[in-house]
Amino acid sequence: MDWRPGADLSALKARAGMLAAVHGFFAEAGVMAVETPLLAPAAGTDPAIEPLQSRFTGPGHPHGLPLYLQTSPEYHMKRLLAAGSGPIYQVTRAFRDGEAGRRHNPEFSILEWYRPGFGHYALMDEVAALVQHVLGQVLPVRQCAYHELFDTTFGIDPLTEPTERLAALAAERCLGVGADLTLERDGWLDLLLTSCIEPELGQGELTFVTDYPASQAVLARLNPDDPRTAARFELYLNGLELANGFHELTDADEQRSRFEQDRTARRANGQPDIVSDEAFLAALQSGMPDCSGVALGLDRLLMCVLGEDDIRRVQAFPLDRA
Amino acid sequence: MASYSTNEFKGGLKIMLDGQPCSIIENEFVKPGKGQAFNRVKIRNLMTGRVLEKTFRSGETVEAADVVERELQYLYSDGEYWHFMDNESFEQYQADEAGVGEAAKWIKEQDQCTVTLFNGQPILVDPPNFVVLEITETDPGVKGDTSGGGGKPATLETGAVVSVPLFVQIGEKIKVDTRSGEYVSRAKDE
Repeated sequence: MDWRPGADLSALKARAGMLAAVHGFFAEAGVMAVETPLLAPAAGTDPAIEPLQSRFTGPGHPHGLPLYLQTSPEYHMKRLLAAGSGPIYQVTRAFRDGEAGRRHNPEFSILEWYRPGFGHYALMDEVAALVQHVLGQVLPVRQCAYHELFDTTFGIDPLTEPTERLAALAAERCLGVGADLTLERDGWLDLLLTSCIEPELGQGELTFVTDYPASQAVLARLNPDDPRTAARFELYLNGLELANGFHELTDADEQRSRFEQDRTARRANGQPDIVSDEAFLAALQSGMPDCSGVALGLDRLLMCVLGEDDIRRVQAFPLDRA
Repeated sequence: MASYSTNEFKGGLKIMLDGQPCSIIENEFVKPGKGQAFNRVKIRNLMTGRVLEKTFRSGETVEAADVVERELQYLYSDGEYWHFMDNESFEQYQADEAGVGEAAKWIKEQDQCTVTLFNGQPILVDPPNFVVLEITETDPGVKGDTSGGGGKPATLETGAVVSVPLFVQIGEKIKVDTRSGEYVSRAKDE
């Protein structure tokens, strides 16, 4: 039985150093540390993210209360914002079913923070500052719109290119894509992005990808000047997706309709239904301050710190050793 | 028909791809945080030996290939087929030229080989890593030169040609590494 950790001692020390740097950064910035539940009766509806489930049996719940392991602390943190918390951050674990590999572990560390009064560009500046603080290194920072990436790499506009042309482009440019692969429009965009664009993103620099298609808005508001795109960004460093941020949607009705769209998609895909989080919707209804928020994968940031290309060597006990 | 989901993918798994049996070499899970998950897989086509990449949508299923590996004894060749036998069941198999491939130039009657069977037919024959074969033809070398400097081609009893040191003579038996096709040493008669 190999009982030893997957990460060596120097990686564990680097992790401790990273955590100290993160907490120091937010203490300095006057952002409050918070904790929210890892187990809750509601979960995100995003069809691309599958929660793991658990069950509590005990006082008040003789027949068992189904609880989801949280895929991110987003809804609870937004409830704190609606309750008037002001700027908050959290370092916590997040859980996702179905995800394991060189860059994924079903349980991972997430740094999530919210900034009332910030637009997403102001938040990107802070993300860049945090990452450079942790890396102990100043890196060039670049912003590039999603559609610009597709224009540069393929000469197409991802917002208007017909789906069958995206499929043909994938067959031509991505390795191992045959006629047997069937995907939705956003699936083809994801394939083109991960196969042909992502490996080159953020080489020696922090690259923020902005203005995602509205169909990939998730919990971001749409850009008022071009509602075909969303006020969402992602950060890449050395080809690794590190963070995802939004200028947050605060409209409860719009949020409710996005939940319903997700649930419709889940039904169509044969995925388990997940009911909308009514507590979160009620918080939005009561009023959440205009804010931007971001979630950053700490294990992946540590991979960048250490120049590691496998998440299993930066976690003490990844799945196969847990 | 047996099938595998992408969650079962790992090195060595045998699947059907475009009607051909393939073996998975490497399986990588790829997924944008908020997007579609894929399995990017490196695969060897067992019929052609070619290595290719294939992208699957995570959760897809693929047909399993009825491929097994057996330790078989090489019996003889009739020129068209190479005949093998399972020493436990005494079942016999015949490999054609494509099936026996490169192994044909190394194997001698009674050698134990690892044979890959697809739907019961040999498609790949792995000879023993080391074989001892007699030299049937080579230029006479300098007697007494055991320095090992330089080499010359030698034809072996199976028809294979390997580079041997100058001092090795016709009629001698040598040990050859079949993976590299290189001379290892002179073989002492037991």
